Amino acid sequence: MKTTKKLVRVAALAAAVAMVVSACSGSDSGGGESGPGSVKLRMTVWTADEAQLALFNKIADAYKADHKEITSITFDSLPFPEYNTTLTTQIAGGNSPDLAWMGDLSKDLIASDALVPLTDKLKDTAGWNYDDLLGSVTSEYTEDGKLYAYPFSNSPFGLYVNKDLLAKAKQTVDPANLTWDEVSKIGSAVNKATGKGGFVIRDFDYANWQTLATVWTGFGASAWSKDGKTCEFDSDKMVDAFQFLHDAIYVDKSMPGPGTTADFFAGDSAFTVAQVSRASLLDGSFKYDVLPLPAGPAGKASVLGQAGVGVLKSSKHVDEATDFLAYLTNPENAAKLAQFFPPPRKSLLSGKALATNNPKLNAAQLQSVVVDQLADAVTLPNHTSPAEIAQKGKTALDAMWKPDADVKQVLTSVCSAIDPLLAK
Amino acid sequence: MTTLTTRSGARGASVDAPLGAPARRKRFWTLSRRDALTGYLFVAPQLLGVLVFVIFPVGLAIYYSLNDWNVFTGDLDFVGGKNYAQLLDDPQLPKVLGATAIFSIGVVVLNIALGLGLAVMLNRRFRGVTFFRTLFFSPVVVSVVAWTLVWGFLLQDNGGINGVLEQVGISGPNWLQSGDTAMIAVVVTQVVRSVGVNMVLFLSALQGVPSELHEAARIDGASNRKIFTSITLPLISPTLLLTAIITIVGALQAFAQIAVLTKGGPELSTTVLVYYVFQQAFSFNDIGYGSTLALMLLTFVMILTVLQWQLRRKWVFYED
Repeated sequence: MKTTKKLVRVAALAAAVAMVVSACSGSDSGGGESGPGSVKLRMTVWTADEAQLALFNKIADAYKADHKEITSITFDSLPFPEYNTTLTTQIAGGNSPDLAWMGDLSKDLIASDALVPLTDKLKDTAGWNYDDLLGSVTSEYTEDGKLYAYPFSNSPFGLYVNKDLLAKAKQTVDPANLTWDEVSKIGSAVNKATGKGGFVIRDFDYANWQTLATVWTGFGASAWSKDGKTCEFDSDKMVDAFQFLHDAIYVDKSMPGPGTTADFFAGDSAFTVAQVSRASLLDGSFKYDVLPLPAGPAGKASVLGQAGVGVLKSSKHVDEATDFLAYLTNPENAAKLAQFFPPPRKSLLSGKALATNNPKLNAAQLQSVVVDQLADAVTLPNHTSPAEIAQKGKTALDAMWKPDADVKQVLTSVCSAIDPLLAK
Repeated sequence: MTTLTTRSGARGASVDAPLGAPARRKRFWTLSRRDALTGYLFVAPQLLGVLVFVIFPVGLAIYYSLNDWNVFTGDLDFVGGKNYAQLLDDPQLPKVLGATAIFSIGVVVLNIALGLGLAVMLNRRFRGVTFFRTLFFSPVVVSVVAWTLVWGFLLQDNGGINGVLEQVGISGPNWLQSGDTAMIAVVVTQVVRSVGVNMVLFLSALQGVPSELHEAARIDGASNRKIFTSITLPLISPTLLLTAIITIVGALQAFAQIAVLTKGGPELSTTVLVYYVFQQAFSFNDIGYGSTLALMLLTFVMILTVLQWQLRRKWVFYED
């Protein structure tokens, strides 16, 4: 009895201290709480580029000048590797941003009905010109005819060429007839002559297998069926694509193997497959060219990396956030954003226009690698539960990166691993 | 004259009063109560910390483990024991538990053996002993992530370690790409970074062993080995218990090394339980199953700690 009384007293004391602490710390309501005339908007982004953030702030300042109810618009820069985890933790913790950039998280957000549909707002906004959007780049963010995120960045993958390394190995490329086999052949020759890497799929690192879509699309393969329900890793076309990659690594030595670092932009390889936006990494230390992706047995193929921006339903200021999004993406501001991100608007898509603000690539390169590719481009594989599919696929594919791997068997195991997730 | 003594005892609360005189009103803040209050105030911050950062999160984890939580919408659906049943159906979990066991045993055995060995070697007076003590302890103060990143570069196929091996005519393995070598690499990286703590603890314990006992044993003709096993080890057994507990708990909590070095691969070979919990809860957004796994880990840690504590009488020399 005495002990119980003591415990009750201790608990009461602890509760009192906790109340004092929470009273002291709970007075700051953060960015979400607001009354009339004090709306604070927050948008999460994964860029830390000062020039890009400066442009966003400039656009936000102009918007605030005409909207007195908005007291601040902040762009919360989150590190890219932890972006999805941080964003979902913020949403789950009740600290949701009002607007957010999204990559492969978009399908989960749309499927969970966590995004605000934008179509009506954008169509109703005077001068926004909804029909100017390219159909191929909005499909990833469209569900039942409604657009849930504005695809502000549509960066096709291209093949960067180190012309100096090719010259050292006495190799040349024929851009019009370049195939994956030719790339492997030249890469192998460069490796033999210089010891440098042949071709590198940037950001793959024997983990991010989705980037291999830049190869297998040219072989006519895809990760899963169009409805996303059936795995297609075990298709004959996919087997051909992975056999090509396996041979490139272990037979032709044209692709650096697992655990070997070779950075194209540091001059370590003859070719790299990367998005056009990576051109900013070119420092002029070697002569380069950028070409569309090589053709595979199925012909030429275009692959696109996308990023969208949407309004979260969990925002406390959905209307204001949607209105700001319409302003941020109107034709005038879309033109400004185009200096950093290939735009989704047909009116802005010309090599000449894109070259105006691109110091690394000329108009002809941008026309052939960006503008000419966008209309028919497919996006990197995207599905609901992207992280789980990525991890299960990666675990199964680890067995591929051994000299004696059975390509067909490994790809069948990939389907066994991800089929239950696709069927959800 | 009769002496009346209150229940509070003789110290400070006793009163002397003549019979028939009215009893004085008892003071509430007696000395013992003041003592008790002081004690409670001293433990209150710690108690509050335990309540807020241990009891409350564990309670929440139990609650979440009984629910499915859609993190995007905030919807919580009560699913009862579904997440616990999933523990039995999860085809990856046996591999994860196997990797956790190999990692923990590897780290504990190597760490304690190496820590004790280094302490014995450095528990002597020789030129440069301070330098070597500092050298072996210095990795402890380096950030885990920075340490692991550097090792990540060294362990690449074309990295520094294979470069050195090549100089002496050995073709090194692709350390992080094969299941066996990846686990060795992760264990060694962890041990080299943390062995300094155990070394210092053992060093401190060794310096507490009375030298007369060693001298007496030598006079009696005992060998160095006999002196170590029959005198030194029993006398430092409390420190052995302490290092065993903190090393096991530390091994079961290892996360950053795995996340930075191997991301659990290849083929789940280095996916330890803590990393798996993180993946389920924060990468796959399955908070319910992640919480269930976390509770399983908590149970493991508690069982191991209680077991070690119970067994201390057998292997800690002067434990009553």
